[in-house]
Amino acid sequence: MNIIVCIKQVPDTTEVKINPETGTLIREGVPSIVNPFDMYAIEEGLRLKEQFGGKVTVVSMGPPQAKEALKEAVAMGADEAVLLSDRAFAGSDTWATAYTLSQAIRKLGQFDVILCGKQAIDGDTGQVGPGIARQLGITQLTYVFKILKLDPQSRALVVERLLEEGREVVEAQLPALLTVVKDINQPRYPTFLGIRRATKLDIPVWGAADLPETDAGKLGLKGSPTQVVKVFSPPKREGTVVLIQAETVDEAAAALADRLLAEKVI
Amino acid sequence: MDLGLTEEHQMVRKMVREFAEKEIAPKIKELDRKHEYDRAILSKLGQQGILGICIPVRYGGAGMDYISLAIACEELERIDTSARVAMSVHVGLNSLSLLQWATEEQRLKYLVPQASGQKIATYGLTEPNAGSDVAGIQTTARKEGDHWILNGEKMWISLADVADNFLLIAWSDMEKKRKRDHSGMSAFIVERGFSGITTGSIHGKLGVRAGNTGSITLTECIVPEANLLGQEGEGFKIAMSALDGGRYTVAAGAVGLIQASLDASVRYANDRQSFGVAIGKHQLVQQMIAKMVARLDAGRLLVYQAGWLKNEGRRNTRETGLAKWVNCDAAFESANDAVEIHGAYGYSDEYDVERYLRNSRGAVIYEGSREIHQLMQASYALGYRQDKPLRCELPKYDPVEWQKES
Amino acid sequence: MALLEINREECIGCGACVDVCPFGALKLIDDIATVNDQCTACGACLDVCPVEALKLPERPQAKEEGLEAYQGVWTWVEQFQGQASSISWEMLGQGRKLADQRKTTLTACLLGHQVEPIAKEAIFYGADRVFWVDDPTLAVYRTQPYANALVSLVRQYKPEIFLLGASSRGRDLAGSVATELYTGLTADCTGLEIDQQSNLLRQTRPAFGGNIMATIICPNYRPQMSTVRHRVFEMPTADKSRQGQIVAVSASMNEGQIASKVLEFITEQGEVNLADAKIIVSGGRGVGGQDGFGPIRELADVLGGAVGSSRAAVDAGWIPYAHQVGQTGRTVRPDLYIACGISGAVQHLAGMGTAKVIVAINKDPEAPIFTMANYGIVGDLFQIVPALTAQFRKKLHK
Repeated sequence: MNIIVCIKQVPDTTEVKINPETGTLIREGVPSIVNPFDMYAIEEGLRLKEQFGGKVTVVSMGPPQAKEALKEAVAMGADEAVLLSDRAFAGSDTWATAYTLSQAIRKLGQFDVILCGKQAIDGDTGQVGPGIARQLGITQLTYVFKILKLDPQSRALVVERLLEEGREVVEAQLPALLTVVKDINQPRYPTFLGIRRATKLDIPVWGAADLPETDAGKLGLKGSPTQVVKVFSPPKREGTVVLIQAETVDEAAAALADRLLAEKVI
Repeated sequence: MDLGLTEEHQMVRKMVREFAEKEIAPKIKELDRKHEYDRAILSKLGQQGILGICIPVRYGGAGMDYISLAIACEELERIDTSARVAMSVHVGLNSLSLLQWATEEQRLKYLVPQASGQKIATYGLTEPNAGSDVAGIQTTARKEGDHWILNGEKMWISLADVADNFLLIAWSDMEKKRKRDHSGMSAFIVERGFSGITTGSIHGKLGVRAGNTGSITLTECIVPEANLLGQEGEGFKIAMSALDGGRYTVAAGAVGLIQASLDASVRYANDRQSFGVAIGKHQLVQQMIAKMVARLDAGRLLVYQAGWLKNEGRRNTRETGLAKWVNCDAAFESANDAVEIHGAYGYSDEYDVERYLRNSRGAVIYEGSREIHQLMQASYALGYRQDKPLRCELPKYDPVEWQKES
Repeated sequence: MALLEINREECIGCGACVDVCPFGALKLIDDIATVNDQCTACGACLDVCPVEALKLPERPQAKEEGLEAYQGVWTWVEQFQGQASSISWEMLGQGRKLADQRKTTLTACLLGHQVEPIAKEAIFYGADRVFWVDDPTLAVYRTQPYANALVSLVRQYKPEIFLLGASSRGRDLAGSVATELYTGLTADCTGLEIDQQSNLLRQTRPAFGGNIMATIICPNYRPQMSTVRHRVFEMPTADKSRQGQIVAVSASMNEGQIASKVLEFITEQGEVNLADAKIIVSGGRGVGGQDGFGPIRELADVLGGAVGSSRAAVDAGWIPYAHQVGQTGRTVRPDLYIACGISGAVQHLAGMGTAKVIVAINKDPEAPIFTMANYGIVGDLFQIVPALTAQFRKKLHK
């Protein structure tokens, strides 16, 4: 079975801090990591390979240093990796990103399953997975948290999806694109053998010229329908905090309870 | 000359760090508080291959180099000393000794399951009445037919109650024992299943409360002849060369503890305010932080120097001893400063730094007290001491050799 | 890879661009601005450069002629088992405002089977027209038939703006529809407004874990599509006297063409409905463990509220993900949010900042949560929360 996992290298947004004096982001020392949701996608891909045989190929679009993310996936057990990196891809929004990734997946050849994380923690859009599925014209199954059945012979696939109201059991046919949620598995650590493979593996870098039948007008900034016009710090909440102070805990609690009852929010 | 870590080393660091942060960090405070030993951590270290990190693949190991061993110890002790202690006895003192001295049969029988983590190993030299004074040990081994009979008691042995295999040092020549001639000592591989061996745990330790430390009692313990490690009379040399492995892991772990102290201090100094500013703005706090930075870099370089010598297959007793002495003192000082920076909070177990301080103290004593190490360094400098070649040296790291499947 | 072009002759090395770059992509090297691969071509630096030394490549002007043929504001009405979800009415509420500003009509798209009452409701909540696609293939949501139905409606009727709720289904659907239509989609918006000059939809959304906000436009492609999180916009009130047009449209696919089938739906037991909760009591790192949520739960019970949590507590495995509030969890907009032992990382604040009243209980007086809170108590949550529970029990006669 051919399994493709799309991953993204992102800044660890939980480590990002705001400079209280200037209100700007402190980006110094913020580590780059594999998007946490993509880690679950890698793990699920490896599990499918262990169960049904085949190959796991990881694909990422980003600057040259995104190779680190691909190497981490290889160290976990992925077989092959491809980096999509080209000035022509820069400034891509979700539409152009999905287009570029799907062009690369087409070039990789026949595939059975494509796995993505449900969203990336820097952009939080969750749109690239559905975009790739639509570009390739295959079934998309988002927010998957369990693969209940996969039969390589009949090509039937049954998954459980996590939705607001509960869990939905869906049947579909391969090939399919799955975006996975956190609860689907516990990603493994890289192995020493994998680390050695990863550091020795020559990861191909594909640019626009390497993607056959690609419309250059649909790449990068030029191919992106959306434009960012303004970037700013989130507005601060108005007003100042009323600190409740009292002799005893009970008195403070009573004072707070009275205030909240007076606010008529209870 | 190249002082940079390879990409492989960096990925090893990241992996062990992630492992320690996910598998050990969340529960360590409770374990330490309750003096509880969690065997599951050791099993996971084994599954991950860390317990055989620098052992060749054909002996069940992960096939990495000796620097990787140091990095793993650093990252484990950055979270808790107990995990690094397991590496010290299992890998540093025991498995590396087997790699250096054991016959092929012994390696296949003992090193393979140890490197893969199926069996846990430790090392016993110290006794209730003999620590620095190695010739003062009382454990004896007498030959009877095709086996040895061991009698005596070992103490302050990490993982005593956990280990499956023990590397024990005993007098095999009573005449030489009387003369305190250490060429009368021999080393033995002893299994927990052998008759006449019992173990117990020691409670009431100042630090490393999430680790297991205990004693081993040998009463007419029967050890097959085939379990003599090295030759008869080589016990002292084996014991000392084992310390080259053990001290290396202790020194590396100390670097991790300095790193943890520094990280905690920097975080706290940036957050905590006094006199209207972050306490990091106070010069005396800065001085403590600067010292930690100096100890961290110097300590790391000392460890990597020793590791580089090991990779090259060169003798490193002096350099390893130096790293162990300097770094263990530095770790204690750094943890002590970290407590100071945290003020009263540092004195309570709400923050981790009090545990760092308690954990750092033991390593100043074991595997050569700081006094012994100073005597050693002076002896080298004054020309009183020099290292003679050994019959078996720790093999030089060769990636091709290390990664062969058979 | 950076697209930003820096004119080294013009640059005066003032560093203004370095300060505003949200991605840390600019640095002064030898007193001249230099850009690295972190650059996302967002353009934040262009406006602040006093000497116009920075430039981004020109974008093509228009994909096609006839953008003005696209008119009207559309929303998608999400329904589950015959019930419209409240997020759909929030979309209609905001859609109404946008339509009025653009002096145009508001259309709701309702897909399903035997859900006619919802079509009427949509009119009560502000729609002028409802496209009602009634077909057995649409009884349960599936990407393919839903997306294809919307795509063909858009192609035929050409709306200018199309809003969908950023629910799981809404995000699933919007990504597919926008890709097929080749148009811009801005996910998870927290603000939508019409630009007075250009008449374009200005879509504002948090990025970077809520650390920055970005305003996005889609000038050359139509429709301008957005998904909006639950509870970002207020729920409009239904006006049962409103009149509108219900247009029945036939589905574009038959069952044989659809590759997926929903076999079963398992409603979660003891489900956490944070999004609809009026009162939320949340615990964070400060609760210290699974058991620490005990007092939090008790307070929530007495108040008839839901239990929330910060990401830290979920990551530590103390409470399931369904309780997580914040950037990667749920956005909530309760009347009362009580944060216990939550320091208030930006990504958490991004998910609850619009609560009417915020109470912070934390032993660290410097915790950022206090800058957001209306009321605060500095102290040990394990003393304060049970005391508060006792007070409410007394005062609410429970």
